[in-house]
Amino acid sequence: MRSEDFSITVNGRPMRVAQGTSVAAAMMMANEPCRFSVRQEARAPFCGMGICMECRATVNGVPQQRTCQLVCTPEMEVVTG
Amino acid sequence: MSASFDAVVVGAGPGGIAAAAVAAEAGLRVCLLDDNATPGGQIWRGFNAQTARQYPHGSGFLHWTARLQRTDCEVWLGWQAIDRPAPGVIRLESNGEGRDIRYGKLILATGARERFLPFPGWTLPGVMGVGGLQALVKAGLNAQGKRVVVAGSGPLLLAVAAGLADADAQIVSIYEQARLIQLAGFGMTLLGQPGKLAEGAHYRLKTLNAPYRTGSWVTRVEGEGRVESVTVTDDRKKWKLACDWLACGFHLAPNLELPRLLGCRVAGGYIAVDPLQQSSAPGVACVGELTGIGGVEKSLVEGQIAGWAAAGREAEAHVLTPRLQRLQRFASRLDRAFALRAELRTLAAAETLVCRCEDVTHAALGGYASWREAKLHTRSGMGACQGRVCGPAAEFIFGWEYSGLRPPVFPASVSTLAAEVEVPGSAHP
Repeated sequence: MRSEDFSITVNGRPMRVAQGTSVAAAMMMANEPCRFSVRQEARAPFCGMGICMECRATVNGVPQQRTCQLVCTPEMEVVTG
Repeated sequence: MSASFDAVVVGAGPGGIAAAAVAAEAGLRVCLLDDNATPGGQIWRGFNAQTARQYPHGSGFLHWTARLQRTDCEVWLGWQAIDRPAPGVIRLESNGEGRDIRYGKLILATGARERFLPFPGWTLPGVMGVGGLQALVKAGLNAQGKRVVVAGSGPLLLAVAAGLADADAQIVSIYEQARLIQLAGFGMTLLGQPGKLAEGAHYRLKTLNAPYRTGSWVTRVEGEGRVESVTVTDDRKKWKLACDWLACGFHLAPNLELPRLLGCRVAGGYIAVDPLQQSSAPGVACVGELTGIGGVEKSLVEGQIAGWAAAGREAEAHVLTPRLQRLQRFASRLDRAFALRAELRTLAAAETLVCRCEDVTHAALGGYASWREAKLHTRSGMGACQGRVCGPAAEFIFGWEYSGLRPPVFPASVSTLAAEVEVPGSAHP
């Protein structure tokens, strides 16, 4: 681990990420879906650039965050939306 | 909070940065906005002073960001333009905070997104856009050892495959839906175009050790909860490949929502502009991919023209016209080379979702006469992405013309939407 890495949690499980990592990238690396669709299908990042809304998740208690547009910060709590 | 500027530029990609830099150099008070945390747009995503040199368009990035930094232009990052609450005012939101900004001149450089088409399995985790996967890798996604199929259409396929290989992904294969004969003509025209991304990518392809096949496309994706295999066809035979990720996008579609909201006329799929980049909406210029998918060079030239025009320096703007005309011809050739084949209209099965936000199937959309009718009956296009994904797909599959745009053009908090217009000089303070 490089010194600039830090810890976040994804669905309660801690993981370390490098500085500048987007929350969407972290969720993919944690193998956790971002959200469940109307039909309860697991969805993960798709467009990667903030337009498709598939990567919405709850970040630090705030629901419906576009995680691909959000950069991880230390101790961030990310939960599948 | 509110603010007022001589010129407001929406979108900090090449077109927006060039427009803002030129307008500010000409003495205007300028604000450049972007919803991303860093400037650069899609083509310059992840570039900075240290990394730019390793990318094909790095020198342009360094030149234009340096010029911008030497001006007094304000750069607001993380702000999404959502509405026009009053004439000459744009409403923005960032992390639930609303803000109104008044402009004398408005320059829209909102760029393009990938065009996506539905096929069985396209909603499985591990299916992403081509530029989408590239953006995620630039944002820290570890691609090491991942087996990736790159498919769809456009020059982006090669550039992204090369980038993924650099990130230690294993490129299984690259499938371009366009026929070789279409691309051959395009390849010839590229030789006359300096700095085009495909040039470098063609060269890099040789080192990729991955097959690049034209006239081929993915017909379905299978897997338990995530991508495990894709089926590909060349219209004669079908074959199946194991992979971890599918990167699939069908060239680009302009982000027309904000210009449409402002009343800019659309013709042939793009915003119609005059030689000074002015749209049909008074005081609103449009540049870059909004006026035709042409890449970074065209965006930079159009941005400069709009910047000069905003400052009333039309003579300087007109100097750039011959260069722009050449780049516009390139954009037209690009559209023709990567035109979508008719077979792609029938990839979706009856149960395939077309609208990913509201989970509306292809079968549910059959039988409607228009996009508006389909929306009213099925909620297709009325979810969180507001039709950004399924709209262009439905246009291609069903031939429906886009209609029914309403503010906000991006989801926003109720408090932002309901706020009074509060800007200096507003008629409704």
